[in-house]
Amino acid sequence: MDLQTLWFAAVAVLWTGFLLLEGFDFGVAALLPVLGRRTADRHVMLRTIGPLWDGNEVWLITAVGAVFAAFPGWYATWLPALYLPFVLVLFGLIIRAVAFEWRHSHHTEAWDATWTRVITGGSLIAALGIGAALGATTLGLPIDVDGNRVGGPFAGIGWPALLGGVSVLAFSVVHGAVFLALKTDGPIRAAAHAFALRWAPVAALPLLAWAGLVHLRSGTAVTGLLWLVAALSVVVAWTRLRVGREGQAFAAWGTMLVAAAATVFGAAFPVVVPSTLDAAFDVTIADAAVSDYTLTVMTWAAGIGLPVVLGYQAWTYWVFRRRLTAEPQHTGEQVSA
Amino acid sequence: MDVLGLDTLDLARWQFGITTVYHFLMVPLTIGLGVLVAVMHTMWVRTDKPEWLRMTRFWGRIYLINFALGVATGLVQEFQFGLAWSEYSRFVGDVFGSLLALEALLAFFLESTFLGLWIFGWGRIPKKLHLAALWAAVIGSIVSAYFIIAANSWMQHPVGVEVGEDGRPVQVDFLAVLGNNTALAAFSHAIVAALMVAGALLVGIGLWHLRRRKLAGQPESDVDHAVWRRSVRLGGFVSLAAFVLVAVTGDWQGKLMYHQQPLKMSSAEALCETEAPAPFSIFAFGKLGSNECDDVHSWTVPGLLSFLAHGDFETAVPGVNELQEEYAAVYGETYPDDPSFGDRAGGEIDYTPLLAVTYWSFRLMIGMGAVSAGVAAYALWATRRGRVPTSRIAVYGSLLAVGAPFVANATGWIFTEMGRQPFVVYPNPDVPVGEQVYFFTAQAVSPGISTGEVWTSLIGLTAVYGALAVVELWLITRFVRRGVTTGDGAPVPGSPPEGTPDDDVSGDPGGPRRDDDVLSFAY
Repeated sequence: MDLQTLWFAAVAVLWTGFLLLEGFDFGVAALLPVLGRRTADRHVMLRTIGPLWDGNEVWLITAVGAVFAAFPGWYATWLPALYLPFVLVLFGLIIRAVAFEWRHSHHTEAWDATWTRVITGGSLIAALGIGAALGATTLGLPIDVDGNRVGGPFAGIGWPALLGGVSVLAFSVVHGAVFLALKTDGPIRAAAHAFALRWAPVAALPLLAWAGLVHLRSGTAVTGLLWLVAALSVVVAWTRLRVGREGQAFAAWGTMLVAAAATVFGAAFPVVVPSTLDAAFDVTIADAAVSDYTLTVMTWAAGIGLPVVLGYQAWTYWVFRRRLTAEPQHTGEQVSA
Repeated sequence: MDVLGLDTLDLARWQFGITTVYHFLMVPLTIGLGVLVAVMHTMWVRTDKPEWLRMTRFWGRIYLINFALGVATGLVQEFQFGLAWSEYSRFVGDVFGSLLALEALLAFFLESTFLGLWIFGWGRIPKKLHLAALWAAVIGSIVSAYFIIAANSWMQHPVGVEVGEDGRPVQVDFLAVLGNNTALAAFSHAIVAALMVAGALLVGIGLWHLRRRKLAGQPESDVDHAVWRRSVRLGGFVSLAAFVLVAVTGDWQGKLMYHQQPLKMSSAEALCETEAPAPFSIFAFGKLGSNECDDVHSWTVPGLLSFLAHGDFETAVPGVNELQEEYAAVYGETYPDDPSFGDRAGGEIDYTPLLAVTYWSFRLMIGMGAVSAGVAAYALWATRRGRVPTSRIAVYGSLLAVGAPFVANATGWIFTEMGRQPFVVYPNPDVPVGEQVYFFTAQAVSPGISTGEVWTSLIGLTAVYGALAVVELWLITRFVRRGVTTGDGAPVPGSPPEGTPDDDVSGDPGGPRRDDDVLSFAY
């Protein structure tokens, strides 16, 4: 495998890892007003993602950084074409990040409620916006031969962006529900479980549609197989939920995302920004990539750094592995402990 | 649509300036305070003295409030190179992006993961491991600073590259990029400057609490007194030591700048004509704003600039007028008549940075640094052998002076960035003309975006940043006023309650803790 292909794969892995990890904290945040009716319940929900969300978000920073580092032509085409959506994503991420820290810096009901709503709002915006950006970069943007957007500020927001946005949001919400069912105990666990069971089949549809479209357009036998794995994983996740095996359901739902993302990136390869105006304007990895020397340096750095990162991040998940509950009578670790 | 006569380039520059200066208010506090909190935590683990624990938790709380905003505003940085500066991103892609990616991979993961472990690890993981988590996060911040300054320094002094076929730099020596002398100097300068920020905070707040406690007749024998006293002493020593290092590293930078970016140095001094020995300007008057060097006059110290530039009192320092002509001869009197320069194509190039900005930002940086050092020296003297200062002016002055090193940091960066205009990538003088890599700011902006889009993001980001600044200041002020303890509810050393480090300060002093407080500290 040549270095450009390797780095395309690396970028795909980073985006997938980001969706897989930040997906559940987006989802938990989105579910706060749905499942967290009582203040104590909301606190338990936030407690499940509290130690993890910031580390998850670094996957996004690394993914964007890797796009810039390996494929500056992709970075410099994709971001300005979707200038306003990306700015909106930044707003969402900014208010969400400060809300996580600041909401427990002052203790009144109103303060708590406000920042909790900000966490939900920011997460919804970010999930939709990032999904939209990924949808657009795999299904098409109106770019000319120089990679510049043709049309006004909203020209980049078409059905591909909408499909991507809805896909990521819907996936994340159910991902968050399954995560809550896995990480909590008591009434929240039951409510999250019921929510996931009810919505999982519907929530998978946009993502499967997106992956299916990219596959139909430019896929291979392998991506077709991956799509089938994704579809099958939805069934497995749902049946595992039905029998109350939350851990297995979480794994299956995660597998669905990984397989769907692999379908999308695998089928899109080697195009990183397809043009909706003319296929000749498509930006490919060869157009966008840096020199082989720089890719070699990056490969060494990532080859040494990434396993270490995965190791300690996995370890923190292990440290915070226990179920949380707001109910004192349960055996799980109490939030007020 | 050129509202106020500003085009996308002007707007994108304002946006970059506003968001970056704002971000860099959080960064030095994160770096400096992170180191000091880690020192406090280490002292607690080593000595088991309760004041170190309370200090760790009090200052740690401020560190975290600030950290959140630092992370949030840092996100914008990584995106805006692509959003507003796509041509820049394409040009420098072979070098610049990899440094950002490495920063994320090698620094941000460390920082965020281990900070989460520190916040939520109280009482849950072994004491020493918990301490190590904080150190890991702090080291992450410092590593992050190194990568980002290496990226910036490459723009100031591009090394380790050759000119490729399309005129873009091609990286040939990554270690040269990492070991850029500009980066080593700027990094060490920025780190010690960050320590001055943290030191000033400890001094200002510590003195205020000491004075308040004394006026209220509170004992000087209890733990809280020790907390504030130690804070002032630690902050004062760190500030003073850091100031010495700031001067040493700043001198190193000055000597590099004299060689690498002579126009930046001469315009910092408003030195019009080449002089030997060259004087150092103390105060300029005349029309700095016209950017015509000859309109400026100033009071000077003879020979001092020669010393700063070259280490002796005789060396000639080239003046702005001569350098302007030299640069015009090599890099052109006008911008190329090329569409990538937009409206500026064919226009005249002013190689002299805005004199008013470079001149005054340089002086503000030095002046505010000196103010911080003065306050630190005062604080150490006024608290010698157990004394507590009660002078209202001195103590409130010290509190106000918490802002001084922030101003120094900000103006230092404004000077660095404005001083290299009109280049965004400055030609390296050690490379023969013709093989140099350089890029004008005028050609760096994204060609496909509209002024309306940049106005939207500029106004939106500025408004959100402004609102967040108000909340952050309110939170920190409120928290600082409340102090360190809840009266008799002080934490027991060795078994701190779980949760974030604020749980020993939640609720009113001496009053019972409300149930939701117990919950809310811990998500």
